[in-house]
Amino acid sequence: MSDILVYAEIRNGALQCDTLELLTAAQRLADVTGGKVEALCAHADPDVVLRDLAAADRVLTVKHPSLGNYVPEAHLAVLEEVVAQRNPAAVLFSYNTAGLDLAPALALRSSRPLVAYCSGMDCQTPEVEAESHIYSGKLRSTSKVALPAVFTVMPGAFPEAPSNAERTPETELLSPPEKLESLRSRFVCENAPPADAFDLTLADKIVCVGRGVGDKNGFEELKELAGMLDAEIAGSRPVIDQGWLPKERQVGKSGCKVKPKLYFAMGISGAPEHLEGMQGAELIIAVNSDAAAPIFGVAHYGANCDLFDLLPDLVERLRVGDVN
Amino acid sequence: MHIAVIIRLVPHTDSELEISDDGTDIDREWIDTKLNEFDDHALEEAILLKEIVGARVTALAVDTEGADRLLQTAIARGADEAHKISMPADVALCSRTMTLPVAAAVQKLGAELVLTGVQTPHDIYGQLAPYLGGALDWPQASAVSGIGADNDGILVQQELSGGVSTTLRLALPAVVGVQTASQPIRYVAGSKLRQAMSAEIGTLDTGAEPLEIGVKPTGLIASTAAGDVEMLNGGADAVAAKIHALLSERGLLRGERQ
Repeated sequence: MSDILVYAEIRNGALQCDTLELLTAAQRLADVTGGKVEALCAHADPDVVLRDLAAADRVLTVKHPSLGNYVPEAHLAVLEEVVAQRNPAAVLFSYNTAGLDLAPALALRSSRPLVAYCSGMDCQTPEVEAESHIYSGKLRSTSKVALPAVFTVMPGAFPEAPSNAERTPETELLSPPEKLESLRSRFVCENAPPADAFDLTLADKIVCVGRGVGDKNGFEELKELAGMLDAEIAGSRPVIDQGWLPKERQVGKSGCKVKPKLYFAMGISGAPEHLEGMQGAELIIAVNSDAAAPIFGVAHYGANCDLFDLLPDLVERLRVGDVN
Repeated sequence: MHIAVIIRLVPHTDSELEISDDGTDIDREWIDTKLNEFDDHALEEAILLKEIVGARVTALAVDTEGADRLLQTAIARGADEAHKISMPADVALCSRTMTLPVAAAVQKLGAELVLTGVQTPHDIYGQLAPYLGGALDWPQASAVSGIGADNDGILVQQELSGGVSTTLRLALPAVVGVQTASQPIRYVAGSKLRQAMSAEIGTLDTGAEPLEIGVKPTGLIASTAAGDVEMLNGGADAVAAKIHALLSERGLLRGERQ
């Protein structure tokens, strides 16, 4: 029990970048445990991503038609069997939809502890000290867990391991579990935005509105600011949930990842799920009355004044130019 | 269809979070709590399903301070019945530890579909929906933003990244971690809330033991701004002038192109 198992995620025939970050985290753990880094690739056609998993010491492949499109029950069945057979010291998932589905269920069914939202992991065998950001990113927690354990890792917490290296990892084809023949859930379809849909990722300037806007009236005032800047208006998840903006204008984990020249974060606290979608912007200006808001951890310029005291002045200056 | 919707009170993250004396948890003595926002969406989705397919909705909450009021609000929103689940206070704070008592309560009620929020702000040891799916051995899906139902079970829309989602079919019984309800959360009139204050709230004592966490918290501190943010100080007019100057310097005003 010293190997580190990485759950490799494939979507539309391509390996997700998050998996490469997990391989880096896994290698750091394996350097201490003295084990191998194994990547589990469960798919209808797992061979398509083998070259991308070159950073793994070994790739475990499970091939079955029911694994072609992601169905939580199918992938959990594979994980349960692989973990029971190989008893890895740690199993790593990315903090995304699959990680949310699979990590706790696997932890329970394999009687392992779980640490979620990991932004750092320091292994001192037989323990790992993990760092996690919780309470919407406002607090940083540290905890120690004895191996074997399960971890979900924040995207961006580790650099991507190199892919497409000349070295081809050792592969081992595993038998699919019998449970795949009697699944109670199945994939129906993928719902992607239409090809001609509005694409926020192309915007040079974005005014993004968060929960701090308060109500629909406040939202309308920020639309005026966006108009004065020739910027696109966007929203964090709570604003989209209110139905004030369509889903294609959502920034964050389940929305778009954007890298505009200008990103105005207005009334956005900066939950990790939101930061994941915008921290690559060239210029980030954040306005939030809460001085402890995590958005200031990624902003270049920030202000704590009341958003609605600021807006009339700012819009007027943009309208007539700086009068001073 | 009988739906159990699990709703939880969580610390209000907009208020100041103070650290406990031992430095490993928040100080909960005076903390403001609120309904977990994702549970709010789960409750809404349960009521929407009730309206569409005639489901029966039972709201469940752990038996802690504020649970009665929370469950009465769920009744006002449209839940048919509500129960508190007995468990020790420390067990009720964690999605992992509460899993087995909640799973036992769901089985005791005979519910076929469990809805709860996809996560809470403090799920450091894992999230409730997949834990329940694992404990009950029911199919489950998290990050769901809409649920439909027919004779063969439920159809859920599961959010992936990049604005892409998939539709999955789950046979019942099943567990769903709701991220967003299909429609914005409804407004409840004060008269309905007052009426629900007299609703009877039952208590379920399952006797189920909590799951061990197996993790030792060693510290909790405020996240510090890791970046190099430059704060723009002064009143609103001064901040507006500084922002205008910044945009002008960088050629980011309207009509300007870099």
